[in-house]
Amino acid sequence: MKQIVNIIFSTQFFYSILRISTPIMFASMGALITSRAGVINIGLEGIMLFAALSGVIFSAVTGSAWMGFLGAVATGVLIAILMSYVALILKSHITLTGIAINMFASGSTVFILYLVTGDKGISSSLASKVMPTVALPLIGKIPVVGEILSGHNILTYLSFLAVLFTYILLNKTVIGLRIRAVGENEQAALSVGAKPVKYQFIAMLISGVLAGMGGAYMSMGYVSWFSRDMVAGRGFIALAAQQLGQGTTLGTMCATFVFGMADALANNLQALQMPSEFVQSIPYLTTIIGLVVFSIAKQRKELKRIRENNQKAV
Amino acid sequence: MYSRYMGLSDIDSPMLNRRSDKEIAMAETILSMENITKIYPNGFIANKNVNFELRKGEIHALAGENGAGKSTLMKVLFGEEQCEEGKIFFKGKEVKIDNPLCAIKMGIGMVHQHFMLVPSMTVAENMVLGLEPEKAGFLNKEEAVKRTIEVSEKYGLEIDPHAKVKDLSVGLKQRVEILKALLRGADVLILDEPTAVLTPQETVEIFEELKRLRELGHTVVFISHKLNEIKEICDRITIMRDGRTIDVKMVEEVSEQEISRLMIGRDVQLKTDKTPAKPGQTFLSVKNLSYTDAAGQQILKDINMTVRKGEILGIAGIEGNGQNELSELVTGMRKLRTGQIRIGGEDISRKSVREIRELGVSHISQDRMTYGVVSDAGVADNIIADRYYRKEFKKGILLNKKKICEKTDQLILEYSVKCDNREQPVRMLSGGNMQKVVVAREFSSDPKLVIANQPTRGIDVGAAELVHRKLLELRDREAAILLISADLTEIIHLSDSIIVLHGGAIAAYFEDVKQMDPVELGEYMLGIKKMTREQIGGAVHEQ
Repeated sequence: MKQIVNIIFSTQFFYSILRISTPIMFASMGALITSRAGVINIGLEGIMLFAALSGVIFSAVTGSAWMGFLGAVATGVLIAILMSYVALILKSHITLTGIAINMFASGSTVFILYLVTGDKGISSSLASKVMPTVALPLIGKIPVVGEILSGHNILTYLSFLAVLFTYILLNKTVIGLRIRAVGENEQAALSVGAKPVKYQFIAMLISGVLAGMGGAYMSMGYVSWFSRDMVAGRGFIALAAQQLGQGTTLGTMCATFVFGMADALANNLQALQMPSEFVQSIPYLTTIIGLVVFSIAKQRKELKRIRENNQKAV
Repeated sequence: MYSRYMGLSDIDSPMLNRRSDKEIAMAETILSMENITKIYPNGFIANKNVNFELRKGEIHALAGENGAGKSTLMKVLFGEEQCEEGKIFFKGKEVKIDNPLCAIKMGIGMVHQHFMLVPSMTVAENMVLGLEPEKAGFLNKEEAVKRTIEVSEKYGLEIDPHAKVKDLSVGLKQRVEILKALLRGADVLILDEPTAVLTPQETVEIFEELKRLRELGHTVVFISHKLNEIKEICDRITIMRDGRTIDVKMVEEVSEQEISRLMIGRDVQLKTDKTPAKPGQTFLSVKNLSYTDAAGQQILKDINMTVRKGEILGIAGIEGNGQNELSELVTGMRKLRTGQIRIGGEDISRKSVREIRELGVSHISQDRMTYGVVSDAGVADNIIADRYYRKEFKKGILLNKKKICEKTDQLILEYSVKCDNREQPVRMLSGGNMQKVVVAREFSSDPKLVIANQPTRGIDVGAAELVHRKLLELRDREAAILLISADLTEIIHLSDSIIVLHGGAIAAYFEDVKQMDPVELGEYMLGIKKMTREQIGGAVHEQ
């Protein structure tokens, strides 16, 4: 127990929370924007996986980490366009489309990996690049805080910008207003000339960009290679984080950190000879518990609201 | 056709009208629809050569039974549907209205029954949605608020621009919808049954608002079933029947009876010929029933009553005084916690809905779309929904299609359900025909107890009359009937005895409706008076 406490109250632990939360953060912002537009992007998982692979390949081919990053983002957008076209224009079911994308990603990334490297498991034979880390000036020099905040991969800082971007997009811009209108009352949006499909398409594209960045981080920051199914459910955890965040940007960010923390804890406990099966299930257990707690809280709140309304009526 | 209108305008000339100043303002035609024919893809002809004309600054009632074609005509006008034939003239020019945006641009606004609002957004955000003031892609919230206040002040319709729409009352939401249309420059405003969702006070308010709009030169189309409201506020009335325009009249020159006759094409039998009831044994008995909802609100307080075979017990009361909860408790749709309900002597507290139905209970829910029909299923499937599992409709483990078809066809005929065939999805039927399907199912199972909750709400007079006749037939066949209705005329004409619910408790019991004073009934409903325990105790009949 003492060891666990020691781990939790170390700067490395908090540092690792930020490191581990990064890919989920990108994806959960993508999940948030699409869900506000009224589409559930189940395909985030697959988009991230495709992006992770293409980041490795592009950076190896061009010899530039940034080209790899752009390649990953472009791949994310491409898959999002494919998904949107099938689901929004051709009207297939969005959830089924997302599942198809995920299974397609799981299989075809291995296939492509095999074509490129001759290996079905890992891309270590490719000379792929890694995105640079950044030592923050000033903040980096502050004890404790500096150790936690500084020295991360540049994409970790970008994920914070993604949160800011999402907040501004949804709450301050005309596009965001319309995205929310479309998601909440499609008929209302339609009746004033905001075409639902258009704004859902825009939301899907943005989520493609964000998930692409998350995928790039997986193979070019978190680790320096691509391995099969390396996204390991982060796309789904992002969806859960968005649920837990009650559709708000800040809430979604906090929920993402909770999941990141569970993941970080799992990583650290593994070193303590805890059964690995239990440790690995922590993030997922957290997800389930989180969703249950959230639902109960929401119900309570709703009941309270009804009661207050009733009292007002009396 | 058009010449008929010319003829009519002669009658409307100022000389014959007392409100001549308004008449002059009304003389100018702002909109006319000529020979509109609308055929739906399924072949249903909703409008046949319909003519409709609006004058500037009038409140024009559009009346007709359900399925008479009013909604279709307005959808054509608002660009939601395209007509096959006919012309629309607006402000003197022929126009083509391809979609609602097109209509809005021209100056035609519509307030739907289902509000087109985004609940989590503020009033101001809802107001400007679609034509947002922006600065480099960013929403200019101050400007949105400013515009909202401007239009709200101009028309004297007060609203808080910062309030979230989800926190507003239904009446205020409707006001936002009206303001939204006005902000977009609507000269003609179509209101689809605006008072259906409002409380009486809110209805008074919206009438004031509409009068103000009229004074400012706006033209209002008021779609409604409620003849008294039409009489109160409208200037002219267009009456539709079977997809045609039947007549256009000055409202003050026609009586409610005449409008009603024109709407259904025959004299309504407002008084059903009713023989006195011959009450038999008690069939439904409710003892010390109380109910508290999930929010901790006490909905029903110590209800004691009985319904005997062969009588209709009416439950009168202003809506929301526990009527729905009572009907859902008796039918097993809500869990009974305090008190006792016996049907045919059996305690129902542990019985499922089906087990209760098996005791001979039929239920017409007030929420037709949720509990009355499966809207995507066909007429036949809806008819057998309560009996598909019975032997007579089965062949081994499969359904006996032949039997089902026979039964359905017989009921379609008996209840004169207007549908293309027995497989037609119920959602394609008009409200009245949908209710006929519900009633056909509920009344044909030889029920011993009928719970009829708002059985004729929102349906046309013809269908309502059929429901009334059938209820009386059932009563005379010894069924016990509990009739819940907000429609006083219905309650008074059908019931043998009446209970008044107020605040979840029984406020009055009238043993014999014939000796009851309707004015007094109203006072009990509004909570002005309350009977003593002893008087109310008459509602319980021992065996």
